[in-house]
Amino acid sequence: MPSDLPAQPRPARVAFYNDPKVRSIAYQLILCAVVVFLVFGAARNAVDNLTRAQIASGFGFWNQTAGFDISQTLIEYSPRASTYGRAFWVGLLNTLLVAGIGIVFATIIGFIVGISRLSTNWLLAKVAGGYVEIIRNLPLLLQLLFWYNAVLKALPDIRESIAIPGGVILNNRGFFLPMPVLKGGLGAVELSLLAGVVGAIAFHIWARKRQERTGQRAPVLAVTLLLVIGLPLAVFTLVGRPIGFEFPRVGRFNIAGGIEVLPEFVALLFGLSIYTAAFIAEVVRAGILAVSRGQTEAAYSLGLRPGPALRLIVIPQAMRVIIPPLTSQYLNLTKNSTLAVAIGYPDLVQVFTGTVLNQTGQAVEVVAITMLVYLVISLVTSMLMNIYNSRVALVER
Amino acid sequence: MKRLATLVALVFAVTLQGASAQTLKAVKDRGMLNCGANGTLAGFGLPDAQGKWTGLDVDFCRAIAAAVLNDANKVKFVPLSAKDRFTALQSGEVDVLARNTTWTSSRDTSLGLNFVGVNYYDGQGFMVRKSLKVNSALELNGASVCVQQGTTTELNLADYFGAHKMQLKSVTFATANEAVKAYDAGRCDAYTTDASALYAERLRVTNPEDHVILPEIISKEPLGPVVRHGDDQWYDIVKWTLFAMIDAEELNISSKTLDEAMKSPNPEIKRFVGTEGNYGEQLGLTKDWAVRIIKQVGNYGESFERNVGVSSPLKIERGLNKLWTKGGIQYAPPIR
Repeated sequence: MPSDLPAQPRPARVAFYNDPKVRSIAYQLILCAVVVFLVFGAARNAVDNLTRAQIASGFGFWNQTAGFDISQTLIEYSPRASTYGRAFWVGLLNTLLVAGIGIVFATIIGFIVGISRLSTNWLLAKVAGGYVEIIRNLPLLLQLLFWYNAVLKALPDIRESIAIPGGVILNNRGFFLPMPVLKGGLGAVELSLLAGVVGAIAFHIWARKRQERTGQRAPVLAVTLLLVIGLPLAVFTLVGRPIGFEFPRVGRFNIAGGIEVLPEFVALLFGLSIYTAAFIAEVVRAGILAVSRGQTEAAYSLGLRPGPALRLIVIPQAMRVIIPPLTSQYLNLTKNSTLAVAIGYPDLVQVFTGTVLNQTGQAVEVVAITMLVYLVISLVTSMLMNIYNSRVALVER
Repeated sequence: MKRLATLVALVFAVTLQGASAQTLKAVKDRGMLNCGANGTLAGFGLPDAQGKWTGLDVDFCRAIAAAVLNDANKVKFVPLSAKDRFTALQSGEVDVLARNTTWTSSRDTSLGLNFVGVNYYDGQGFMVRKSLKVNSALELNGASVCVQQGTTTELNLADYFGAHKMQLKSVTFATANEAVKAYDAGRCDAYTTDASALYAERLRVTNPEDHVILPEIISKEPLGPVVRHGDDQWYDIVKWTLFAMIDAEELNISSKTLDEAMKSPNPEIKRFVGTEGNYGEQLGLTKDWAVRIIKQVGNYGESFERNVGVSSPLKIERGLNKLWTKGGIQYAPPIR
């Protein structure tokens, strides 16, 4: 306060309950107390109600024998020997499988469509635009039912299976791929693969340092491919191809052996990827458009062609805008995978909140566990995306 | 999301309706019985194009309404899927569940429910395409089987295949509709459910005559109505509604012969129609409670024939569901 002003009379002491600091602390304490009281009351109430209605409660069911079959199991599971807890893990892994692969597919399709929509090629831009507008505006459940019925109805019966050269069989029971069977002597191949990966990383670092120092570029891609794929392949041939394939065989009812890919899985993966890709495409388009036109023009004036200009100048800057909404789309895809229940894919909700809940009758416990699981999956996904985001974020110096 | 609704009800309701033992009063105050029904199964519970419900289980709910509210039409049918049915009853959304539900010990105890009796003795069977040339369920090793989720069927299926050391590939669907559709589309070799429902579902596939129901019955499926645990008065009313329908058939009292029965000197019939004793009042109803059931709905045999019997589209023989006097096992305690 400037000293030449006349001294103000000291403000009268405020009562403690008018002190904003005290007030805000008091409000927060009261809010905390109310929340704790509500949660505690609700829990007490639920326990009381369950006891009075004579509905079983507790988590004892976790170790009881499940007794029902699951069509797709990534881990060992048998109806007679496995528990409800095991069924939970089977369902969770199925959810993670379809969500994980779905996120990869949706991202690839989404980026291609998003960039295409901005293309100067009229047809490409319109096709991409049509894709986004049609897919984005139809309910996902409808699309899943469409894919499931389209996949099922279009494929032939098991006795008229389509045999694709290379041992792949296709029919309305799913895709059947040959399963690699490992034999002895593979150690050398694995070792060479490891050596290849380490070598490739070392080469990368060396090449970047050299480029920063001298400006010379090294054929990074070719060397990487050679080290990671070529070297193990050469060793593999040298040690006498110690790998066999178990080919699927057509049995009386079903196909035996090989890797089975259920039509439910294919339909769900297609539906989720294609639907989410339409949203990702718009996110990507928005991100690219957010980069000022001057950046592209500057890149062109430096002599960069459109491809490298997009890859090296525009996309890295667009990522800052793209990542946060992209995270939401990944979370949406994961949560939307619960629609699996409509087409019989055994995801967590179908197996756990469907069959397990019904067989045990313990709605409160089962629904609470399921909610917690989706919360954890979502939080982990956004944590990973936030880490990535902080890496691409604008670093202010 | 019925399950979420239940969760909310369980967590926040001060007391559950089920625990308060006031179902009869609630139904009378409402003037309407809320009945959990199937909604997609011909012969048991299915609304027609005009929204009029028919079926064996539907008739049973109408009988309760006739006894309690004196109007068989004062029933609101709530269609429930197999996996949502128990939570709907637990949370008080329906007063009674008559939805071809198998009576098992765990359902009777740990779910907080009570089964009142058996209105259809059933067993689980398989339907396959004739072109598969399968004559027995024991030939189904390695077969894909479509099945509805949240049923005893799902468990029996795994038991049966396990016990006979056969390989099973089950494909599980949330509703019977979806399971039948997938079976019809060729996703599965076989469809399994209770035998009575197999006859009904066969009528829905593209070419019913291309499908055959295998002779094996692999389980006991006593189907019966269910009420919440803890309301003994309501439990008695629902239980004796079922017994009254069966007793009426045994006493040859049907909707057509009711007028003669009213004049009958037979003491058993007099007790049934309420001209002797106060058995209806003991239940908390009126003397003519059983008469209203028979007049408005009919006896068990009439209901059976109309909905699932040989004169219905389902054409199911009565078999086990004949009265005990005629070689079956349907039997009800006497009204006295």
